[in-house]
Amino acid sequence: MKKVYAKEELCLNCRLCEVHCKTAHSRSKDIIKAYKYEDPVPVSRISVYGDNLGSAAVSCRHCDHPKCVEACITGAMRKDPKTGIVSVNESKCIGCMTCLTVCPFGCIKIEKTAIKCDLCQEDGEPACVKNCPNGALVYLEMGGGKA
Amino acid sequence: MSVNYIPRRFTVVRDRDLCINCGCCVRQCSNECHYFTDDNEKVVVNSDNCVACHRCVDLCPTKALRIEKYVCDYRDNANWTPQYQQEICRQAETGSVLLSAMGTPKDYPIYWDKILLNASQVTNPSIDPLREPMEIRTILGRKPEKISVERKGKSKTDMPPQVILETPIMFSAMSFGSISLNAQKSLAMAAKKLGTLFNTGEGGLHPDLLDYTDCAVVQVASGRFGVHKKYLENSRYIEIKIGQGAKPGIGGHLPGEKVNIEVSNARMIPKGSDAISPAPHHDIYSIEDLRQLIWSLKQATDNKKPVAVKIAAVHNIAAIASGTARAGADIIVIDGFRGGTGAAPTRIRDNVGIPIELALAAADQRLRDESIRSRISLVAAGSFRCSADIVKAIALGADACYCASAPLIAMGCHMCQTCNTGKCNWGIATQRPELTKRLNPEIMHKRVENLVNAWNHEIKEIMGGMGINSVDSLRGNRLMLRGIGLSEKELEILGIKHAGE
Repeated sequence: MKKVYAKEELCLNCRLCEVHCKTAHSRSKDIIKAYKYEDPVPVSRISVYGDNLGSAAVSCRHCDHPKCVEACITGAMRKDPKTGIVSVNESKCIGCMTCLTVCPFGCIKIEKTAIKCDLCQEDGEPACVKNCPNGALVYLEMGGGKA
Repeated sequence: MSVNYIPRRFTVVRDRDLCINCGCCVRQCSNECHYFTDDNEKVVVNSDNCVACHRCVDLCPTKALRIEKYVCDYRDNANWTPQYQQEICRQAETGSVLLSAMGTPKDYPIYWDKILLNASQVTNPSIDPLREPMEIRTILGRKPEKISVERKGKSKTDMPPQVILETPIMFSAMSFGSISLNAQKSLAMAAKKLGTLFNTGEGGLHPDLLDYTDCAVVQVASGRFGVHKKYLENSRYIEIKIGQGAKPGIGGHLPGEKVNIEVSNARMIPKGSDAISPAPHHDIYSIEDLRQLIWSLKQATDNKKPVAVKIAAVHNIAAIASGTARAGADIIVIDGFRGGTGAAPTRIRDNVGIPIELALAAADQRLRDESIRSRISLVAAGSFRCSADIVKAIALGADACYCASAPLIAMGCHMCQTCNTGKCNWGIATQRPELTKRLNPEIMHKRVENLVNAWNHEIKEIMGGMGINSVDSLRGNRLMLRGIGLSEKELEILGIKHAGE
């Protein structure tokens, strides 16, 4: 399956991936409305860690054997056997944070329910990859590039 | 000193309705103009250090930022302009020579803008470059006086080494040290794809560029940094740098803080030491000395590499060009006074040298008058802003043109003219790792390539309009040029007629 890979040697720490992820997961899909006027405030699924000298954007790895799916107590977290995408069924999720504690990459955030990267299924290429100004995020088949 | 008597240059205007306080500008500005309030809630700005590089403007996801000129009027004075007053204050404070970067911004005449091109009408047909072949391949190097041919049509003449370019546009010398490795790599990758050449400047050849040696010009300058046998062999031709258009008669100085371990290896100098290129080559005090160095370099490379000599356009350029040709150079590069630089004393940059248009025309004419034009290829440098400038230069007699500022602009340079500070926000003129990684060669080489391809198309189009189908037929074809608003003397030096004649 295709995944988002981060090239840390190219990451600028500009965090535009966070901005565009947040916008892509807002109701309005409009950057200004998403940041200033939406309630609840949308949450970015990707986070940049580090400083200008060394940084990398971290988002869900969509693991082959996801710990979050194993640990989920309600069955809300599920790995699609066809696409390989790990996603949350928000109607089942109770926000217990178990997934958050077991994720080895720290890629799950919790508001009322668990929130995580869905690879922007509707839009083809994920918003973070599309909007990275330096090509530091790439969307590749697994093993297709050095992450 | 707390008060420096100099108002700031620019104001960063933030549209609060658009700003989402994402902090992208905070993290991108190496001049530290933007910063968060203590609670990390809001971004505020202090414009004092803004150089108008537009990094924040271009990266702001909501386009909430705008740079304005900071207008602070002085009492009107055509003589004591604000610029001179500010420069005096700066020198009063620092006691040092003023430094500037990139080409001179002063309002000297730009002759390209006063030369018009011809086109075919009725009496000769124009050519459509999309339908008919159009040759812009350019061959540099000494041409033999005459060619003798065997009966079967094979040449018996020993050809001196030639350099074949697929476009008359080459990238001028910018050393690793003055620009980042990523910037140089982008140019090298673009040059390889385009079938043209990039130039190492006097900074040596970084091992990462060894894949691009077939499109490299290696420079031997007064500091002789990084010069060894392998370096000379890893090239298409060797260039002896005598002078640079932006600072004729002046050497170079790469401050020690830019000499990191990579630069120190490439230049073969200790890490952290200032890299000082003397003003003259201390082994060249005459044309005869130049002949010796050219000969030595040819010997060192088995006579396989042409040797170019780069000189700045100065008053006696025609005589110097003639002497250089007679000293055995295969290519002569003339760099006009509007050429760029990573750092030059302001007074030198803004006052020394002559325009490339006049220097090129004078040198070409002199070489033709002395019947030695075919001995040498002429490369013009010193600010080509568009394809029309290049066509005009070729018609004035250039074989090829060196461009540097234009590809840098393609890579993000906004001509903020502060290369010398080493804080280039676009990752070009800096060695700071957090800044150099902003320039991704994979993206940037494509942009440079696009630019040159676009210019190639335009050159073909302009030539087609003239009814010329080969760049060789355009070279030195001054009948294709007409001056507008030029004096008799200027027309005479340029060797062109006035419009209407």
